[in-house]
Amino acid sequence: MIEQRPAPYTDVAPSAAVSAAAGGGPGRRRRHVLDLDDYAPAEIEEVLSTAEAMRGILARPIKKVPTLRGRTVVTLFYEASTRTRVSFEMAAKALGADTVNISASGSSVEKGESLLDTVRTLRALGADTVVMRHKSAGAPYLVASEINASVINAGDGWHAHPSQALLDLFTVRSHLGRLDGLKVVLLGDVLHSRVARSNLWGFTHMGAQVVLCGPPTLLPPASFGCDGLPWPATVEYRVDRALEGADVVMALRLQTERQAAGLLPSVREYVHQYGLTEERLAMAKPGALVMHPGPMNEGIEIDTAVARGVQSVIEEQVTNGVAVRMALLYLLSGLSADQARGA
Amino acid sequence: MQPAQKLLGADDVRRAITRIAHEIVERNRGVEDLVLVGLRTRGVPLAHRLQRTILECEGLPVPFGELDVTLYRDDLQSTALRALQSTQIPVDISGRRVILVDDVLYTGRTVRAALDALIDLGRPRGIQLVCLVDRGHRELPIRPDYVGKNLPTAPEDTVKVRLLETDGVDEVVLLSPAGAGARAEAGRD
Repeated sequence: MIEQRPAPYTDVAPSAAVSAAAGGGPGRRRRHVLDLDDYAPAEIEEVLSTAEAMRGILARPIKKVPTLRGRTVVTLFYEASTRTRVSFEMAAKALGADTVNISASGSSVEKGESLLDTVRTLRALGADTVVMRHKSAGAPYLVASEINASVINAGDGWHAHPSQALLDLFTVRSHLGRLDGLKVVLLGDVLHSRVARSNLWGFTHMGAQVVLCGPPTLLPPASFGCDGLPWPATVEYRVDRALEGADVVMALRLQTERQAAGLLPSVREYVHQYGLTEERLAMAKPGALVMHPGPMNEGIEIDTAVARGVQSVIEEQVTNGVAVRMALLYLLSGLSADQARGA
Repeated sequence: MQPAQKLLGADDVRRAITRIAHEIVERNRGVEDLVLVGLRTRGVPLAHRLQRTILECEGLPVPFGELDVTLYRDDLQSTALRALQSTQIPVDISGRRVILVDDVLYTGRTVRAALDALIDLGRPRGIQLVCLVDRGHRELPIRPDYVGKNLPTAPEDTVKVRLLETDGVDEVVLLSPAGAGARAEAGRD
């Protein structure tokens, strides 16, 4: 029933994939979620509206539906994670799936088993969906091309973190009512941030304007910087100019080990220049949303008062993560109209 | 495809709803504790009309909700993915009598899913079923309490309820076989 497909993409126009979702048109549905770069606005819209329905389930006394009963979702994490792994597990359980959690430590990975062998083993044991995080960019693409199961990228190197970006879109839209025309500032260490890269695609696909702001050493180098990239984002080195008129400010985690790599004069210097303080937040639009993908370094990239302030939706991002991941798991489980006729 | 055969017109639909509204009030001796729940998609406008009719004759508003049963269906692995819609029931159904409203009753599988969905939301005192059309061919032991019209059909037929709110016209039509397009559209609800 599940056919082997090397490419992670639908081979029809996304609008057809979406109309298939509505029960009508032809085509195949997406089998993997690897990044948002190839998502059509209608597909993102489908995820967000499905997540809205899922949020309704999570508000009930019995937060469980039988939709994915008998399916197995494996979380395979080669890097540490709290919120992403737990929210995928809670999402799978709320849909009635069985879950198995594997981390690199304590598994055969420690004995030197390769990524592909590990994943093939999981498939042989009956995994239907593999949610994976890996330190190497592109690892989920390799896995998706090799195994006969759905793959969800829960973070690969500096490259992508699509489910985080989707939950950010969902959170912003549920507060501001729209995404189109918003000014979204991604502030801080953009260079090493997979969250920034996926958000950039997500927000621009939905019609928002993205501004990347941070020290030049922590922005993508100009050679493949925004001028040369197919990223319709602008780069701004000065915080005051970036924040002016912003609807959303997302602070990115400063990975303190970066200082050792010589990318920053000092952490204090960074805080002084780029830390998100109440004073700086006041330059954005009144009521602008404050976001952070977590884990936070409070007092470094974001001030504690801002992180806990009235404009902060940081905790809500975490809560919404479950609904959005339920939507992804549900949408991946479905058949297109064509597949259903063949079934 | 053969031309669609009209089974019920706008007047028939209106009369059926008026009659069912009165039957609901009569059987429940009033409207206390009732809650009307429409099944997505076309059960929702039907439930809404029942609410209006009951309000006109009894002067009391019955709470009204919408139920999407997609996540409870037993055919998710064999049919095309459906877009999810929200479930909204403004009152706690525990201890109330739920009037479940659907357009066409056929195999009974949608109603089975709806019963599971309702019971996950609370413990109603009772559940009663309204359908505008009962076309037979049940696959599960489910029967309606209020029926607009019993229509004998063949399994290959498609019965389509069209309502003003969703389709711009009030009618029930029978689409006979050969129409592959119509078949795909039909669903089993």
